[in-house]
Amino acid sequence: MNLEELASGVIEQAKKGGATGAECTVSEGDHFSASVRMGEIESLQEAGSRGAGVRVLIGKNAGSAYTSDLSDDGIAHMVRSALDLAKITSEDPFAGLPDASELGKMTGDLELYSDSVVQLPASTKIEWAKRAEAAALAADPRIANSEGASFDTRVGSTVFANSLGFLGSYRSSSCSISAVPVAKQNGSMERDFWFSIARSVDALENPEDVGRKAAERALRRLGARKVSTQKAPVIFEPRVARTLLDNIFDAISGDSVYRSETFLAGKLGQKVATEKLTVVDDATIPKLFGSSPFDDEGVPPRRTAVIQDGVLQSWLLNSYTARKLGLRTTGNASRGITGNAGVGHGNFYIPKGAVDPADIIKSVKRGLYVTELIGFGVNIVTGDYSRGAAGLWIENGELAYPVSEITIASTLQEMLSNLEAIGSDLEFRGALASPTLLIAEMTISGQ
Amino acid sequence: MGFPDSFFARKFNITERDLESYLAEALSSGGDYADLYFEYVSTSALSIDESIVKSATQGVTLGVGIRVIQGERTGYAYSDDLSPEKIRQAAKVAACIANGPSQVDKTGLQEGTKRDLYPVLVAPGETSLAERVALVKRANEAARAADPRVVQVQASYADSLRHVLVATSDGVLNFDRQPLARMGVAVLAREGDGVPQRGYAGGGGRVSLDFFLQEKTPEHFAQKAVRQALIQLGAVPAPAGEMTVVLGPGWPGILLHEAVGHGLEADFNRKGVSAFSDRIGQQVASPLCTVVDDGSIRDRRGSLNVDDEGNPTQQNVLIENGVLRGYLQDKLSSRITRSKPTGSGRRESYQHIPMPRMTNTFMLAGESDPEEIIRSVPKGLYCANFGGGQVDITSGNFVFSASESYLIEDGHITTPVRGATLIGNGPEALKYVSMVGNDLKLDEGVGVCGKEGQSVPVGVGIPTIKLDRMTVGGTA
Repeated sequence: MNLEELASGVIEQAKKGGATGAECTVSEGDHFSASVRMGEIESLQEAGSRGAGVRVLIGKNAGSAYTSDLSDDGIAHMVRSALDLAKITSEDPFAGLPDASELGKMTGDLELYSDSVVQLPASTKIEWAKRAEAAALAADPRIANSEGASFDTRVGSTVFANSLGFLGSYRSSSCSISAVPVAKQNGSMERDFWFSIARSVDALENPEDVGRKAAERALRRLGARKVSTQKAPVIFEPRVARTLLDNIFDAISGDSVYRSETFLAGKLGQKVATEKLTVVDDATIPKLFGSSPFDDEGVPPRRTAVIQDGVLQSWLLNSYTARKLGLRTTGNASRGITGNAGVGHGNFYIPKGAVDPADIIKSVKRGLYVTELIGFGVNIVTGDYSRGAAGLWIENGELAYPVSEITIASTLQEMLSNLEAIGSDLEFRGALASPTLLIAEMTISGQ
Repeated sequence: MGFPDSFFARKFNITERDLESYLAEALSSGGDYADLYFEYVSTSALSIDESIVKSATQGVTLGVGIRVIQGERTGYAYSDDLSPEKIRQAAKVAACIANGPSQVDKTGLQEGTKRDLYPVLVAPGETSLAERVALVKRANEAARAADPRVVQVQASYADSLRHVLVATSDGVLNFDRQPLARMGVAVLAREGDGVPQRGYAGGGGRVSLDFFLQEKTPEHFAQKAVRQALIQLGAVPAPAGEMTVVLGPGWPGILLHEAVGHGLEADFNRKGVSAFSDRIGQQVASPLCTVVDDGSIRDRRGSLNVDDEGNPTQQNVLIENGVLRGYLQDKLSSRITRSKPTGSGRRESYQHIPMPRMTNTFMLAGESDPEEIIRSVPKGLYCANFGGGQVDITSGNFVFSASESYLIEDGHITTPVRGATLIGNGPEALKYVSMVGNDLKLDEGVGVCGKEGQSVPVGVGIPTIKLDRMTVGGTA
């Protein structure tokens, strides 16, 4: 089945049915997953799936539908359903498609797809998962158990068409390897994980490195204590620092902004963070997981400095939120297979700083080095921040002992202002990336 | 209703013979066990924002998942095409996990006994859209009318109707029709130029539309959301450190879901990676605590007539008078550990391998008067409502975020405090329960539980309880 023809056909059917505007997404993908545990295969999974979605506009009224049934009947039912829904929604003066002049695709190859992922035999995938787990188990006698290791691959195609004549498609691939060892000592049991993910097989880290890194992470948590309640400096290692980018993204996403549901509302052009901080969104970087040749409304991607030297420079917008705010889309439309587009990020990251992460640790006399955050205690409206944490306690510039069952709390406003150091250790492991960050003071709650 | 009249038999002309032949194909390489899971889901979702019904979506997904087990190994494949050729092809792929000659001559399928925990004649998704649009409009109007400080209102409504069919090589044939509906209201309130605050309320279950017209109306959720936002307008920073914490009844039962529920799922325990592994018979909570997981309660969001592996759900006692009694089993874990099934095998969709999961998890009522519990606390925190939670099942550390809480001073609930995360350790936290109220309440039906990338609807519940010690993650 030709997916581009299918998408164009959906647009035609919608127009015939009375739509004054229409958008269609079609996607198909194949997934393979091998899990091993304690040296044995635990599960193998292999399958493909497809889906189509349509959003129609009748004047300023929108309706959406999707289906996994791509037969003629399934598609016709989907289009009818969306048209029916457009009759029960309200007229929204801002509803629409992007301006025709804003549509387009990035030229040049973003290298989002590699045949190597499809060509890799299943036996190799299983073997690599086994090697990652074996390396973790061999790392130390205290790694006595494992939740296993896995190797996953996905390849897929995405097609997008709209009634303004946009038609685009691209293929993408990913492969990933991960290990989850369990460390045990004197009644204390801890697990941690490590992973590598890439568009092509050659860019994956080797399985032994993934396994050993996971083991080191689990081992260093053993014998964790609780510390007393106090205010102290907090270092976010890169894996947890990227969660702050999630929070920043929520606060600068057009959907939060036009409803004033963000602590950054009204702050465009103002200083919102220490001058050291710059935050960039860029969906044009080859091979990365936040890249795509067009956004989910058919607008080309770009690089946007959201925060530059501490000053809030730009929101991230789709065409709807741009119209609401009297601005232009930044090419950040995002949606699943259907529905009104939301706002998403591309590669959203903090550029690397000048300080060696080891020197950041050395600069802290007493404080916390966070390696894990759990829970959902971040309020984007007020900026209130309170999350469960685990990590290592720093004494006189050295990682001294593991700590857990504590929380760290502050407000995002203060955290951005109190950002004291940015590490030189930026690396992309997914679409969000941050170097090591040092925040001058947070409340640590423990005993 | 017998199988020939069931949804899949009628809509896709699937016969018992077809099912048996697919199972035989799945076991053609010598697997010990195979099952088929057919699923057809239709969904609707509506939302209102800025008093405009901006979005309405409907959709259909269907497919079949085929699993083969040999020893501790699982092979899995699925197809979104229900033609016999595609199903056979998926069965062949799943069969590859095993290596050997077929050992099964013939599966005799036996229909399971029927019951109906959600006798919804007309599912919400089968009613007119206008009726459902009216719900979000009513919620919007009620929230805006409730108080002039309300500046934003978003109300949403979503329903799904899921038809499932499970056939297994050990002879189980079960099918079910599972309606589910939920509405939610989120408001933003602001006083003058002050910091705005959010409030949220929502609920639903495996119910007909009448539930929202008669029992929990859009106005009910709207008022609750507004009340929560207004309370937050006057909130002070939450305290930091260990203190006495009193949890109010209902949704705060998420404590049980995180502190003990996940840690008692059999997959983690079979592998020895849970903080609760090998602790059956041990005291893991105060003797005042009895915690159950019950998927067989009428109309509840977490309930199922049969789990996603074809086993009937039931009430499972997890902790009895503080002593750990049992784990939640799925097919694979109960086969390996030779344990009885508990009806806890669930999956997000036909694209997912089932796992042991919770359904509705709650603590049984105790004897204390809730007011007496508050009066007994000289200084502490009262938590009336929560957002989400999370647990690290290996260390046992869990968190949950308070969205509506107050200081307790000299036995009285006083000033509201801002959101804060509470943290504890699963096998330890409930040992500090010193009072359990007589006011058990189940939540209103909004819970979604995530595990290894799979989301399923769940319920929680708890009476008012007092924990003598818990770490509160505020800033004050």
